[in-house]
Amino acid sequence: MSSNEFYTLKVNGAEHQVSDAWIGESLLYVLRERLGLPGSKGACEQGECGSCTVYVDGAAVCSCLVMAASAVESEIATVEGLNTDGSLTDVQEAFVTEGAVQCGFCTPGLVMAVHHLLDENDSPSELEVKEALSGNICRCTGYGRIFAAVDKVVAVRKGAHQ
Amino acid sequence: MSVLIPHSILEASEILAQHPAATILNGGTDLMVEVNFNHRRPDSIVLLRNIAELRDWSTDAASGTITIGAGLPYAAIEKGEIARLVPALAQAARTVGSPQIRAAGTMGGNLGTCSPAGDTLPVLSALEAIVHLQSIEGARSVPFADFMVGPKRNSRQPNEVITAVTLPITEQRQGYSKVGVRNAMVISVASACFAIVNDTPRFAMGSVGPTILRAREAEAYLASAASNLNDITEEIAHEFGRIAASESRPIDDHRSTATYRKHAIGVLATRLALKGI
Ligand SMILES: Cc1cc2nc3c(=O)[nH]c(=O)nc-3n(C[C@H](O)[C@H](O)[C@H](O)COP(=O)(O)OP(=O)(O)OC[C@H]3O[C@@H](n4cnc5c(N)ncnc54)[C@H](O)[C@@H]3O)c2cc1C
Ligand code: FES
Ligand code: FES
Repeated sequence: MSSNEFYTLKVNGAEHQVSDAWIGESLLYVLRERLGLPGSKGACEQGECGSCTVYVDGAAVCSCLVMAASAVESEIATVEGLNTDGSLTDVQEAFVTEGAVQCGFCTPGLVMAVHHLLDENDSPSELEVKEALSGNICRCTGYGRIFAAVDKVVAVRKGAHQ
Repeated sequence: MSVLIPHSILEASEILAQHPAATILNGGTDLMVEVNFNHRRPDSIVLLRNIAELRDWSTDAASGTITIGAGLPYAAIEKGEIARLVPALAQAARTVGSPQIRAAGTMGGNLGTCSPAGDTLPVLSALEAIVHLQSIEGARSVPFADFMVGPKRNSRQPNEVITAVTLPITEQRQGYSKVGVRNAMVISVASACFAIVNDTPRFAMGSVGPTILRAREAEAYLASAASNLNDITEEIAHEFGRIAASESRPIDDHRSTATYRKHAIGVLATRLALKGI
């Protein structure tokens, strides 16, 4: 049990102190405004767009719907933590080469959702891809390029294993 | 304001006894929307997400039932063994929001909110589920029909935690369907669960009344008109749908009209009677 005006969050493996925060703040807000991690985007703050997707204890969830102060016992992973040396992950690389990024607002959330999908299922069907990404809204691409990027990663990973 | 994080149901009920005004938080997929938009500014929060026993589920062979913890996310209900044992519940769980919502959202939260559009609720109504509650004073089990008492109103006391739900394992056909404007991320404009329990048809309707409604007349009609509940004729299924629609009590709101909802619930009734799963 813990009661908190000051609390600590574990994000991408590192502990971060959060102080003088209103306890009802969302994890999205705390990540962006208090911890200097603006990779997760906020568009709707009601769980509908997926641009704020992070992992909490391994589950891909909307950080706008997580009360930050309730996540003190959890491992949080954000898009910033996917690759810390500045290089791109294979999913990010494929988003670039397949033209899946236009304005880019949806991209961090989609990259998190695609990594999560492919970690659990290395050869998803078209329907499984659509289902897995149904919580991420993109206003620009029409999704075709995003699905192409997923296909590319699947193909490259398969090739790498042969 | 503070966030209290118990690790057992007992600890949670002790906290609620001390802080009767505290707000329970589980997946946050209903509560945080209200907090983000300033519709609610909770005084203190009791987080249930870290209570492992609320995520348990088990079956009881003697009574032929399954008991599912109120804190188990939809993602664990929509597939696997639970989906095999209670397919209608899994179908309902699969229609909730998006993968992100289903990774966080729980049946406890669906029952806590008790919206007439809550997707698991028609299943709990048709299967006549038992809702289990726990407070410092003890445990209490309530039939779903006595739990939901109005739109967004239930008979939970402020100091009670919803701990689990018990459902029969019927091994007979059952199914859940909903109508909305698109496939993903949609709150239903009409929803329904059809189930055969002990060779008797049951039909529960969501989003077409202040609470989940059972179509008793339609159920009785089907029980007497159909000689084989697994092979219902088109004609009987249509009459079943017509009666069910006449028993619905929908309203106009921002999501749909009463007229369309009545039509939709009749179509769902006919289809589910013909197809079941
Ligand atoms: C984008 C989006 C889409 C959605 N789509 C759907 C949908 O398609 N169908 C649908 O039915 N719902 C939908 N919802 C609503 C929500 O996801 C569900 O109602 C979900 O079941 C809530 O569960 P939770 O654990 O997140 O609840 P929380 O938000 O944590 O809690 C909800 C309420 O229940 C109370 N509560 C929670 N757990 C307990 C407990 N164990 N004991 C006592 N009280 C408790 C809380 O105090 C609160 O009042 C959607 C929500 C969002 C944001
Ligand atoms: S900002 Fe969280 S889902 Fe849109
Ligand atoms: S690239 Fe603009 S929203 Fe997706």
